[in-house]
Amino acid sequence: MAFDAIVKYILNLDIPRTMTRQIYMDHSSTTPVDAAVAEAMLPYFSDRFGNPSSLYTIGREARRAMEDARANVADLIGAKKEEIIFTGGGTESDNLAIKGSAYRNRKKGDHIITSSIEHHAVLHTCKYLESQGFNITYLPVNKEGLVNPVDVETAITSKTILITIMHANHEIGTIQPIEEIGKLAKEKDIPFHTDAIQSAGNLPLNVDTLGVSLLSMSAHKMYGPKGVGALYVRKGTGLEPLIHGGGHERDIRSGTENVPGIVGFGKAARLAKERLPEAAEITKLRESLIKGVLEIKDSFLNGHPVKRLPNNVNVRFSFIEGESMILNLDMKGVAASTGSACSSKSLEPSHILLATGLRHEEAHGSLRFTLGRGNTQEDVDYVVSELPEIVNKLRMISPLAR
Amino acid sequence: MTDGYSEKVMEHFANPRNVGEIKDADGIGKVGNPTCGDLMWIYIKVKDNRLEDVKFKTFGCGAAIATSSMITEMAKGMTLEDALKITRNDVAEALEGLPPIKMHCSNLAADGLHAAIKDYLERTGKK
Ligand SMILES: Cc1ncc(COP(=O)(O)O)c(C=O)c1O
Ligand code: FES
Repeated sequence: MAFDAIVKYILNLDIPRTMTRQIYMDHSSTTPVDAAVAEAMLPYFSDRFGNPSSLYTIGREARRAMEDARANVADLIGAKKEEIIFTGGGTESDNLAIKGSAYRNRKKGDHIITSSIEHHAVLHTCKYLESQGFNITYLPVNKEGLVNPVDVETAITSKTILITIMHANHEIGTIQPIEEIGKLAKEKDIPFHTDAIQSAGNLPLNVDTLGVSLLSMSAHKMYGPKGVGALYVRKGTGLEPLIHGGGHERDIRSGTENVPGIVGFGKAARLAKERLPEAAEITKLRESLIKGVLEIKDSFLNGHPVKRLPNNVNVRFSFIEGESMILNLDMKGVAASTGSACSSKSLEPSHILLATGLRHEEAHGSLRFTLGRGNTQEDVDYVVSELPEIVNKLRMISPLAR
Repeated sequence: MTDGYSEKVMEHFANPRNVGEIKDADGIGKVGNPTCGDLMWIYIKVKDNRLEDVKFKTFGCGAAIATSSMITEMAKGMTLEDALKITRNDVAEALEGLPPIKMHCSNLAADGLHAAIKDYLERTGKK
């Protein structure tokens, strides 16, 4: 589209234009595609559209772009390029790591260790395997959301074929002692997977320091496109493919590769690495937001005070419900999320908040703000100034408050 | 989440009517939601067999707050018999529909009102 056509298109979009400022604080849900990422992807739709498996020039061009992206993704986590398998997103990476390991090692054993605060992509995969005859141990966490490595050690049996514990939690931001668990896994020679979907791009990551054999990532959590992810597979780790076909991605994940998406992921990973120092700035905003919000009466921090993602703020307010807070925040132009039962499709409160020992009604009043590159101190100040009124208004309506 | 909340729901949610308690209520209906754990308390004041005043307090989602507000508005001024005839569906319809997953919240509103009226009838020995 020519530039003026694009402008015309945008002007005609059916977006209600209000005076409210728009503040996006839900970056753990997804992030906007960075302009440089979109720009990098663009040529691979219509100009350099070749199939990376083809031998002629535009095919080779596509392959080269894909391999550059692989190198960038590997570089973000200190891996070798050959150890990166591109997938259709974080959920697929988790599925591949867990089911792929389980199916491959079934003869060796049937026991898998995970935690009770994993993302559904891990938890529901484990539940499925349970229905297929595997035994799963769901480790508890303490009230700050931490898994105790001693519990991992005690849970290990001669039948254990996989340990899968997430790096940083998407809801409360708690960062797990992955290195310690990695050492245990290595001693016992058990494959160790970590879902690093929230930490990749937010924290410095190194697969050797962490001691993992499998690690999941997703592009759309780091200013890349949706529907592209990667699984790091340490050399020598056996995986049964889940998608059979033409033998792409070392025969572990067949299907013509999503070249534009992969190129975008590569660019996003590279930018993420360059921008890691920005975490210090985001952490400052996080602390300022936590401090400001906790000024409200009967409010509490969920998660760990310091072993926490730089961008995660999760708080709860007594006597009120999360969805109604989200709707009120939305009316003020602020996008956030909640672990309340009312806002979930299953009408169950967040299993993560419950696992940290919160009661149902406490989980109800939780609110998550996840900061990102677009946020400023002014945004934080705005939220801190608007939130008390929202909480008060809802408490006036609540039969529990007095 | 707000997927499917009508303008009417959002309007009642943003400006809920009849919030609060009635200190010397003639009947109180306290109902809870087994599905997601929410609470709705409905207070009524009765005069000459009519609902002279209706107020509510709710701990719940946007739909729960909007349906509470709506049912107080619908019921105010009605005879007890008519108010008992308000069905769960009537509330949802008056709000121009609710997302299917939120229908249980509107059930709560009708149940709460009916419970308040029953409480009144029991207190006055009319039942
Ligand atoms: C911790 C974690 N695991 C898995 C996923 C799923 O990733 P994707 O949305 O790319 O499928 C997410 C994203 O919500 C996540 O936060
Ligand atoms: S009150 Fe929980 S979903 Fe409506």
